[in-house]
Amino acid sequence: MGRRVAIVGTGQTYHKSHRPDVTSREMINEAVTVALADAELTIRDIDAIVIGNMDHFESINYVDAYSVEGSGGVMKPIMKVSTGGTTGATVAIAAYYHVASGLFERVLAIGFEKNSESDTTGAIITCSDPVWDRFSYSGAIPSLATEATAYMEKYGATQEDAALIGERDRNNAMNNPFAHLHRPLSVADIMNSPMLAYPIKLGDICPRSDGACACVLAADGVAQKIAKRPAWFKAAAVRHTYTWFGDSTDYNKGLVSMQRASKDAYAQAGITKPVDEIDVAELYLPYTWAGLKWIEDIGFCGPGEAAKFVGERNTHMGGKIPINPSGGVISTNCIGATALLRVAEAAIQVMGKGGARQVPDVKNALATGFGGCFWSDVVILSTERP
Amino acid sequence: MAEWLKNVEPLTLKGQIAVPYTWWVGETGSRFLISLRDDQKILGTRCKACGTVYVPPRKNCGRCFVDIDEWVDVADEGVIEGYTIVHYAYPVQPVKPPFAYVLIKLDGTDVGFLHLIKNDLGRIKNGLRVKAKFKGERTGSILDIDSFELI
Repeated sequence: MGRRVAIVGTGQTYHKSHRPDVTSREMINEAVTVALADAELTIRDIDAIVIGNMDHFESINYVDAYSVEGSGGVMKPIMKVSTGGTTGATVAIAAYYHVASGLFERVLAIGFEKNSESDTTGAIITCSDPVWDRFSYSGAIPSLATEATAYMEKYGATQEDAALIGERDRNNAMNNPFAHLHRPLSVADIMNSPMLAYPIKLGDICPRSDGACACVLAADGVAQKIAKRPAWFKAAAVRHTYTWFGDSTDYNKGLVSMQRASKDAYAQAGITKPVDEIDVAELYLPYTWAGLKWIEDIGFCGPGEAAKFVGERNTHMGGKIPINPSGGVISTNCIGATALLRVAEAAIQVMGKGGARQVPDVKNALATGFGGCFWSDVVILSTERP
Repeated sequence: MAEWLKNVEPLTLKGQIAVPYTWWVGETGSRFLISLRDDQKILGTRCKACGTVYVPPRKNCGRCFVDIDEWVDVADEGVIEGYTIVHYAYPVQPVKPPFAYVLIKLDGTDVGFLHLIKNDLGRIKNGLRVKAKFKGERTGSILDIDSFELI
């Protein structure tokens, strides 16, 4: 095991469909400034930076260089990490590796996106193989819709079952002053929204947001001096399966990368009963059906049980294991920052700084990232130094 | 956001980058596409370590991390394993909506084959059998198969 590492400060911008008042680098600076203030540090205290966003989204190739004014990376060790939808979680995990290695004491992790500046679907299809898969599956919606139909047909889940996830997350967003969509959405609203790709309707899918997020990570010995209640890394796992849509999508079997990543993370954290031992989860659920199928893959309930588990309000605020107190991806989706927001929100819960969205007495919090051709990152944070 | 900016039209700079690319399909992929074009036959490759039959063919098995050199003939029929019916239009789509993206397990293979169904959209279900319909004019592309049709 490497050196122990904790998150000691988080920062995020407010989120909107577009931010005409700032450029990407200025927006990054907002998140970094808030994160440093949260940790009561200055940029001089930071030894290294890891930054990430989606390839092709703003058409700025070297964002590590482009952003230095905003990130504080002038003449510091800085690296860009870009892994599609998982980018934000991968940025956090790469920063964790930096500190765990013993080479750096205090590291900044940054994720950002200005979705308003490009054609999200046009950019996102460059994730798929140009010869074999790019002619079809334009954008994220059809591949997710395929997974949803397979799940429906196998377990008899209904479109209303999925819509409850959207209702839950959009209601939770009302407690989060930083969320993009601050308007509750009911199951009926989602059912009445236009069909995009069966069974995904407009209300089932995440928005496109502008925003940035930053986290300060610190080493054992340093972290305790910075934060009253550091959010300790208990686990970090990354799993990729395949790049061919036809290979990665034995949709009836489940999201294999999430199954493997969470199994690895539970082993690292010594967790055997996830629902009993994890107090809150911030999951990268880009569409409502993920809130059913993927919580089975992550072991919160058995295969085919999610509709009942969610229907009994186990994942609502006040339930057994609240999911997405922040409102989740359905409410806010600045893609390169989205998975880092999950990690930051998990840290906020552990540090007890959640305000109206705080879950009481959080010890362990789990965050996930999801991206590209069905791959997964899992992070577990804790009040308890491992 | 500053107050004054709320009273004016925020400025933007419009840009578009159209970058042409030429992707080499490679020896393994080319053999598959030439077979589609010239013989209207679907080929796969089999990993000698795990036995998985891949279509389109692979030069190496990602799971076993060994080279693959065994070619197998694959049926032009198979079973729907997953699908969605697309209702929204977008410029990169291969055909006008509504149409279906389908993952098909072709007989004798072990992975899903991603393609299209254009007709009988209301009848599509997992488990139904489908058959490839080839284009009359073929160029050596995955779309030399026009689409799949319900049997």
